[in-house]
Amino acid sequence: MNWILALIQTLLFITLAPLLTGWIKCCKCFLQNRKAPSLFQPYRDLWKLTHKQPVVSDQASWLFVISPYIIFSAMVLAASVVPLIAVNLPTAASADIIVLVGFFAFARFFLALAGLDIGTAFGGMGASREMTISSLAEPAMLMAIFTLTMTAASTNLSLAIGYVLDHGIVLRPSFIFALFAMLLVAIAETGRIPVDNPATHLELTMIHEAMILEYSGRHLALIEWASQLKLMLYGVLIANIFFPWGIAEQLSITALGHGLLHIVGKLAILAVLLAFSETLFAKMRLFRVQEYLSFAYLLGLLGMLSHIILEASR
Amino acid sequence: MNIENLDFFAQAILSIAALIGLTSFLMLGQGRLLRLVFVFALQGLLLCSATALAAYSLNNYHLFISAGITLALKVFFIPWMLKRQILKMKIHRDVEALKNKTAVMLGGASLVIFSYYVLHPVLNDTPVVMLNALATSLSVVLLGMLLMISHRQAIAHVVGFMSIENGLFFAAIVSTSGMPMVVELGIAFDVLVAAILFGIFFLHIRSSIDSLDVDMLNRLNELEK
Repeated sequence: MNWILALIQTLLFITLAPLLTGWIKCCKCFLQNRKAPSLFQPYRDLWKLTHKQPVVSDQASWLFVISPYIIFSAMVLAASVVPLIAVNLPTAASADIIVLVGFFAFARFFLALAGLDIGTAFGGMGASREMTISSLAEPAMLMAIFTLTMTAASTNLSLAIGYVLDHGIVLRPSFIFALFAMLLVAIAETGRIPVDNPATHLELTMIHEAMILEYSGRHLALIEWASQLKLMLYGVLIANIFFPWGIAEQLSITALGHGLLHIVGKLAILAVLLAFSETLFAKMRLFRVQEYLSFAYLLGLLGMLSHIILEASR
Repeated sequence: MNIENLDFFAQAILSIAALIGLTSFLMLGQGRLLRLVFVFALQGLLLCSATALAAYSLNNYHLFISAGITLALKVFFIPWMLKRQILKMKIHRDVEALKNKTAVMLGGASLVIFSYYVLHPVLNDTPVVMLNALATSLSVVLLGMLLMISHRQAIAHVVGFMSIENGLFFAAIVSTSGMPMVVELGIAFDVLVAAILFGIFFLHIRSSIDSLDVDMLNRLNELEK
């Protein structure tokens, strides 16, 4: 029963991810006085792409063809670890948050390899930029995560969320810092506006798009879907770690329904915030990204310090 | 002691302490003067809310007066004055390139650890909230000094000086549950006078070396080189 629920949760993750992207697009269009595409446009795009014949360059090796599948399955595995509507599911118990970061790194590794494999200038450029950014973003994210895990004394996401739930509303200074660090890292890692612009293919600025420039057809669909999943994963992580109230603790139908409603609401609000920040801020120059990320790291470090200094039990 | 066992006011004061520390860091890495002054005003606002919270939770109503003075002086008057001077001297568009920003930031982080380490021996006979807040305020003082060392603009030095004063003020509030009113009024008056004096100094520095960059003071020599 529990395993079936875990499976359903993962499937929910996969099916809801394009909806979140569509919702963000709607919010952005509304804020920028444009006419929004339908909420379900990402699904239509994916559907269209899966029905097109993928074109693969004759220079490409097997790595290029296999990478989309690896990336997508790594993201699905990552999604199975993160509690979406209920805690204490068996998949969440099987892997902790460090494994989750590992899944992200794994997917990124193959994405960068695929970008390099095809031998175009853009692919290599995008791969090198992506690795630069992620090498700075990952420590910041780990600092924020360690702050959480030190508070909860467990690296298991389910247990950590349960810990936060058990203690009710406590004002923890370390969580404020960790939340901001996570927000900054999430924006950098999912390639949203101050760091990368997912909507354009402008040569000099693109990072993520540069790596997947050569993909088409179902390969492109899988990669797009994986990046939508990644966006949703970060959203769920932020929503459920820092504001876990409403997530189902028992596995009854009503509790699960409540959990689903709550997480949809939280994600919708987060998406509105993201759309606001994307509308308000301009894209940074590439060489300022390291300042941005070192600020995220500093926030994570301050979160850790203030956990030790201000909160830890003695 | 765990933070879950504290009452809400103690949690709020600890959070504000952490945020005051954050504003110190923000000031440390800020190259633009107007933004620096804005963050300074933000720190004043946090300080003011900490004072008001302390006044409420300790039932010490004269602290409300000092919160009011903090609000008037450090949130409105001094930032307004600094902003006016920055605009008047037309240096609001200058971006100060900080030398070794990352090193300064890491130095700041180690100062926080150092201040906690220094205060750790007093652990046994103090309430923990007070100790934590004291450690934070000591680190704010040290970060203010670091700000004065690392920045070159005279206005940044004044902001650093004022944030040192903020740190001391915060320490006084959390450790003594409010100083006597006379002392507080005296400090507030001192800060006010200092701010005005600094304004006059700016004018003098500017008229003698035609810049507010204190590195230029090295050029003042009796002998021609």
